[in-house]
Amino acid sequence: MKNQTVQTMTMSELRQASVDSLKKLSLLKMASSPVMFIVWVGTLLSAAITLYQAVQDKPYAMALITTIILFLTVWFSNLAESVAEAKSRGQASSLRSAKQSLKACRIKGESESWVAAADLIKGDRVKVRAGEYIPADGDIIVGVATVNESAVTGESAAVLRESGTDHSSVIGGTKLLSGEVVLEVANDPGNSFLDRMIGLVEGAQRQKTPNETALTVLLSSLSAVFLLIVMTLPAMANFMGARLDDTMLIALLVCLIPTTIGGLLPAIGIAGMNRALKANVVAKSGKAVEVAGDIDTLLLDKTGTITFGDRQATEFLVSKDADSIEMIKAAVWSSLDDPTPEGKSVVLLAENKGIDKPEAPADAEFIPFSPKTRISGVQLVDGSLMMKGASDSMKTWARDHQLSWPDDMDGLVRKVAKQGGTPLVVASNTAVLGVIALSDVVKPGVAERFAQLRALGVRTVMVTGDNPVTAGVIAAQAGVDDFIAEAKPEDKLALIREEQAKGRLVAMVGDGTNDAPALAQADIGLAMNSGTQAAKEAGNMVDLDSDPAKLLSVVEIGKQLLITRGALTTFSLANDVAKYFVILPAIFVTAIPTIGTLNVMHLHSPQSAVIAALIFNALIIPALIPLALKGVKVRAITAEKLLRNNMLVYGLGGVLLPFISIKILDVIISSFF
Amino acid sequence: MFEIVLICLIAVALAIPLGSYMTGVFSGQKHITDGFFSPIESVLYRLMRVNPNESMTWRTYGMAFLMSNLILGVVAFLLLKFQQVLPFNPDHIGPLSWDVAFHTAISFITNTNQQHYAGQAQLSYLSQGFLIVTLQFVSPAMGLAICVAVLRGMIGGKNNKTAKEGEERDLGNYYVDVVRGVVRVFLPLSLIVALLLAWQGVPSTFFGAQHVQTLDTQSSMSSQTIPVGPVSAMVAIKQLGTNGGGWYGSNSADPLENPTPLSDVIETIAIVLIPIAVVFMAGGLIRRKKFAWMSFAAMAILSVSFTAATIYSENQANAAFVGASAMGPNMEGKEVRFGSELSALWGALTTQTSNGSVNASMDSFNPLGGLMARSGMLVNAIWGGVGCGFVNFIVYVWLAVFLSGLMIGRTPEIFGRKIETKEVTLLSSLIVLPALCILGFTAIAVSFPSITGNSNPGFHGISQVFYEYASAFANNGSGMAGLKNDTTWWNLSATFMILLGRYLPLVIPLMIAGLMAKKRVTPASSGGLTLETPTFCVTLIAVILVLNVLSFLPAAVIGPIGEALQLSAVHVGN
Repeated sequence: MKNQTVQTMTMSELRQASVDSLKKLSLLKMASSPVMFIVWVGTLLSAAITLYQAVQDKPYAMALITTIILFLTVWFSNLAESVAEAKSRGQASSLRSAKQSLKACRIKGESESWVAAADLIKGDRVKVRAGEYIPADGDIIVGVATVNESAVTGESAAVLRESGTDHSSVIGGTKLLSGEVVLEVANDPGNSFLDRMIGLVEGAQRQKTPNETALTVLLSSLSAVFLLIVMTLPAMANFMGARLDDTMLIALLVCLIPTTIGGLLPAIGIAGMNRALKANVVAKSGKAVEVAGDIDTLLLDKTGTITFGDRQATEFLVSKDADSIEMIKAAVWSSLDDPTPEGKSVVLLAENKGIDKPEAPADAEFIPFSPKTRISGVQLVDGSLMMKGASDSMKTWARDHQLSWPDDMDGLVRKVAKQGGTPLVVASNTAVLGVIALSDVVKPGVAERFAQLRALGVRTVMVTGDNPVTAGVIAAQAGVDDFIAEAKPEDKLALIREEQAKGRLVAMVGDGTNDAPALAQADIGLAMNSGTQAAKEAGNMVDLDSDPAKLLSVVEIGKQLLITRGALTTFSLANDVAKYFVILPAIFVTAIPTIGTLNVMHLHSPQSAVIAALIFNALIIPALIPLALKGVKVRAITAEKLLRNNMLVYGLGGVLLPFISIKILDVIISSFF
Repeated sequence: MFEIVLICLIAVALAIPLGSYMTGVFSGQKHITDGFFSPIESVLYRLMRVNPNESMTWRTYGMAFLMSNLILGVVAFLLLKFQQVLPFNPDHIGPLSWDVAFHTAISFITNTNQQHYAGQAQLSYLSQGFLIVTLQFVSPAMGLAICVAVLRGMIGGKNNKTAKEGEERDLGNYYVDVVRGVVRVFLPLSLIVALLLAWQGVPSTFFGAQHVQTLDTQSSMSSQTIPVGPVSAMVAIKQLGTNGGGWYGSNSADPLENPTPLSDVIETIAIVLIPIAVVFMAGGLIRRKKFAWMSFAAMAILSVSFTAATIYSENQANAAFVGASAMGPNMEGKEVRFGSELSALWGALTTQTSNGSVNASMDSFNPLGGLMARSGMLVNAIWGGVGCGFVNFIVYVWLAVFLSGLMIGRTPEIFGRKIETKEVTLLSSLIVLPALCILGFTAIAVSFPSITGNSNPGFHGISQVFYEYASAFANNGSGMAGLKNDTTWWNLSATFMILLGRYLPLVIPLMIAGLMAKKRVTPASSGGLTLETPTFCVTLIAVILVLNVLSFLPAAVIGPIGEALQLSAVHVGN
């Protein structure tokens, strides 16, 4: 997915958003946001007043201006939602576009027939050959193939997909590069992950998340309070013998109710989903993204997540009786035909130490690794042997070949094991030479990410099948808070249950079929796209990049969603304090002149003051759309600091900003009067 | 100024140990006084036919609270309505009219003590000395019981360790809490204060009114009837229990209720003693001492600011006479014995704590002082009434936690329990309720001046009406006087307001606490919100102020603020 294409909106998209925002003006649609509904009703009332005054030949300019500004307020709020939707749609459709107008070769019994991809239903079997596009999400049941998934993930390197492994699932719209496979379609039409994701961001199917609902209730109650104020104020003024202007009262109401947050709330929610999608994470519900912000414990597989998938040679330890060049050469020779990543890493490490990879002589005889002997190596034509293997096996082998076991050998082996590595003893037919240390290598940047997570209050737990010593070393290097060693697949599920029983919200990353129960049990189950269909079904998010560290981004997106809502609510309420100082004097001054003293900002006239406040109120919505879409920046600082910063910026800032802005607007407006 | 600081310091110094004593009382800890109190309590449990070992959920606890109030209300109404045929009526006082009896009964069972009658002249000794005093003991104990139950709910109830997630929690036994509160807290403290007051000269007798010759026999009045009675006992509990209803109509401004400077100091301390102690009790009950100190800090900052503003206001010359080059502090409606500062201190504290007793006329405070008094009542959580004040405070805490929780990016939670839609909906109803009641009824009352009987037109007229309803809703009971409030309209509308202002703000938080108690508890993590920090304290104060400013500033502008501007405008004009 190309971020640039959706970052900036084209003019046509903006036009589309403007049209959409007008469609949202129907009273029925507006009712889902009580705050904006009140503004909309106020607009209609104000329009009626304008008409009435025009018919009565009374001055109606004030009422007309109010009507226009109120209408703009409603429209801006709808525009925010439409822009957010348009962006998400752009994001989603770039994913979906590849899938359209695809043909599929469906297998039914013996017969094969070509059908439109859209007609495929769950359980259909489809044959795909090299060079064809995969018509639907599914699992490979026969065959092995390389697939280019760049249409979905943006990653152009081909990936291997094979039936019966943990990497058997394929995504619709991606291209088969080589091989021929039969796959079983995983979803009915319109039900794929992408379809679901698109549905989530589009208004009609979007459901409010729990925190969003709670906030809507709170905002409605505040609006009710302001409605009560505006309804009771005329009676009190009347007692003073004053009559308040209806248009002014509507203006007061609209300025007071939390329109800023009320207008941006839907956009914030959609933008949160959009950010997830942008990070190449497909969430199955908006709630899942929101819950991600609350995660307390993060369960991670060691292999592939914290460390590179395989152990790598990290050190050559030479016995005191041997020559180091001889030892390294023996190590390299013994690994020349070793296809495992461990073997390759031995050669690589030697190259780093300045010993080039020798050409394997054609007549050399390689002794492959077997589970029985647990050693491997090479026998050259001259009969010399170069072997490597586990220390106990090599001890036996050395005894068999009448080689002495150097007395520092056991110490070297123990040293490697103590550091969490796997020792491989290297020997030639003349002597036992030394030890190769194989260790897990922690991925770069992992420790920093865990530190960030810790700052956000997330505990990381590493799960590994390794022995406790090895696990402990890696855990210390990666900086995880806790680790579980010698874990069996079912231990993950038990661990999640245990953490949840303590009241923690648990997230886990997984890709294998045996991870599925744990993914389902976890509050956030992030399945790798490269994983099995079962894992993807069980989790509530799928990472298209298959990068387990993506969970950090998801946690941040969840937090960002809540912080943006909280910050803008605070801002909206803080604004009201300033607005009171603008509107209360303006509304009373004609009727009760003494109250004019409260006009501390020395605004030009009651009319200019109210119009300035209304314009500020309306303009602040589009001004904040970028913030709503981008989200408030989340930094890895303590909760107290975060609260303090947000209170200062959005609370105190929210009190001060309208004072300054309204004064400036008033100066501009008064120059027209 | 020195004595004011001293009074505040003594109050706090006494409240801290009292708070930890109260923690023991309500957590059922063993105490050396058990040998004395336990038998009394057992007798009371048997008389009331309750099982002290029964545990109650928020539902049964709330029902017990409401039912006991209903029964007390009916009994109180009947006693007041038929006091002329009942014993202990040496002065042969007649019955109260049905609406006054109704208002008075409700006013006293709800710890409001708003009085639409003139104390000593309209009530028999049975009504005053037995009924009213009993209610003055029981009603704060009931509020305190609800507060204790809410606090237990906040940490998952008494069965937190054994109960499963989603299981109803044991919030204690309502009757036990009320009885222990009366027997172990209010009675002993009242005894001490009553003795101190009697020592200072407050009457304490069951003899009838005294008929005396006046010294100045030349004047038209040669003899005077001075009503007395068991006054010191009633004054003690009226002050301690945030009741406020005095023996005499002029309350603690009356020299018989408050004869000396020392008695004034004692009575002032008694106003805030238990409300402050409740804060420390709460810290003990939820085992979070730091939370108590954060709460204390928030309340103290607000209390000191409001009180300082009131004192400043009353040290200014009377606003009405500014143009007439009046000198010195505002002494209108104040006892010369106490002066402006002690009167202002009392006025500020009595409205903050929902007490409502007075030693000066609130009606005659300068506009700023009047504004502070009504702000104290509207916030209703700066110490607040015994128990109910802290419950209101918890409501503000919940709201602040909701907002702060969002701002730190976690689903809002307090002590590990999440605040979700259901709780927010209930909290929202508590945001709307005061505006609906106070603004709504004020608007209705000022729309029909014929029924409100205002003595003042204009801003002050609106202020009086607003104050009366705010006082009723806050269960404060103080009045701004000058309002002809002994009419059927006032009796009924104020009663309605008192009922709404008492029961909903107590039962709804109980419900929220009950709902939250059974939730899953998230252990504290560094990413969570810590309440015991200056940042949260400031956020909380901001939430308290902004909510009240937003709800009530417009009404204040055409009330005391408008009045102040008008008076200063007159001054400028001269």
